[in-house]
Amino acid sequence: MSIPLPLPLSAPPPASAAAFRVAVYEGTGADPFPPGGRTALVTALLAKGLTVSVVRPGGSAGNIIAGTLLVLGHFTDEQPDHATTEGGVNVYFRNVAGKSADEGVELAVQVRAAASIPEPPKWKPWFPVIDYDRCTNCMQCLSFCLFDVYGVNEGKIQVQNNNKCKTDCPACSRVCPEVAILFPKYRHGPINGDVVSADDVRRESMKVDISSLLGGDIYAALRDRNAKFKSRFSKERDADKALEERQKCLVKLGEKLDIPPEVFASLPSPDEIQRKAAEANAKAQAALAVNREAQTSATENS
Amino acid sequence: MKPLRVLYCHCTYANVVPKATKDEVLKQLTESDIPFDAVPDLCEMSAKKDPCLAELAADANLKIAACYPRAVKWLFHAVGVKLPDTAEVLNMRTDTADAVVAKLLEPPATP
Repeated sequence: MSIPLPLPLSAPPPASAAAFRVAVYEGTGADPFPPGGRTALVTALLAKGLTVSVVRPGGSAGNIIAGTLLVLGHFTDEQPDHATTEGGVNVYFRNVAGKSADEGVELAVQVRAAASIPEPPKWKPWFPVIDYDRCTNCMQCLSFCLFDVYGVNEGKIQVQNNNKCKTDCPACSRVCPEVAILFPKYRHGPINGDVVSADDVRRESMKVDISSLLGGDIYAALRDRNAKFKSRFSKERDADKALEERQKCLVKLGEKLDIPPEVFASLPSPDEIQRKAAEANAKAQAALAVNREAQTSATENS
Repeated sequence: MKPLRVLYCHCTYANVVPKATKDEVLKQLTESDIPFDAVPDLCEMSAKKDPCLAELAADANLKIAACYPRAVKWLFHAVGVKLPDTAEVLNMRTDTADAVVAKLLEPPATP
């Protein structure tokens, strides 16, 4: 006979049915885990990329309202392998009494596969996060990024393709004049989310000044440099020297913006870079124009 | 008093949170008698717009053990979830495990 586990019943799943959760369960109808057993199991589940809810004696998993739930416990009564709640949550039960943490994880992996839930990607989650308390919607990030990470929705800058961001590259945050772009897994503050100091803002403003000295457009500066380089190359016809010059230039840019060499290696051809930069710049200018227009009309109406 | 809700981020996919700190916080949490939710990596959940984030943030008495509060706030915002103003974020990148756990296990300030 099934025991009455206090599980979710009424609320419909609000979003993706692919959400998968493991409850390490010690509530009604289950014995507590032995000392150390709970810690080992939770640690092993997390290492496997699984989300875990630890349910204590007297507690419930009733706040889980979506997707698939695997309940691991030392059940005192027999449980069904699988049940579906009225709210549409798929619930699996597995008894882990006498099993090691690794065996518990193996059960979770099997259930995830049986429920056709994909394994989390082996991807370091690296992508920009915008601090809208600081962002002024200046669109510099949009015009800078060559990888289509940013986009505009209703006049507002957004991260639209976070999977296109280049791992460990924080370059867009280095060109943001307001220190409004975070990479939570970055080594240093304030890009990692640390508090922004007055010095940080001053430093970013200086970078913008340097950028305007270059003509306000880093890609235009690079294009000019490229043209000069080509002209010198045709005169000197020294391939080694040319290569050395290009490498020096990339190393400098990489150091300045903390761009990993892999990002340079993945850059498209110079012509493609120019095309993408022009496209991104056009998008940014269009968004700025729309915003200016909206602002003007709001001022007139007030 | 409203029950406390604790969320722990294991920052599985990067080495930015000191391993000793996050392991010790997790150990003390699992050895305590409070229920809690543990996620492998808040960044990864935010990136894939995991619907669990909305449900995890739906509690006013929320305490989160993760990294910088500014980063956590905007990671939730990136999936359209506003953290309650009363949510407290504890930083395992800068604070000791004991300090983080002491704050996590403190009863909520609001009655």
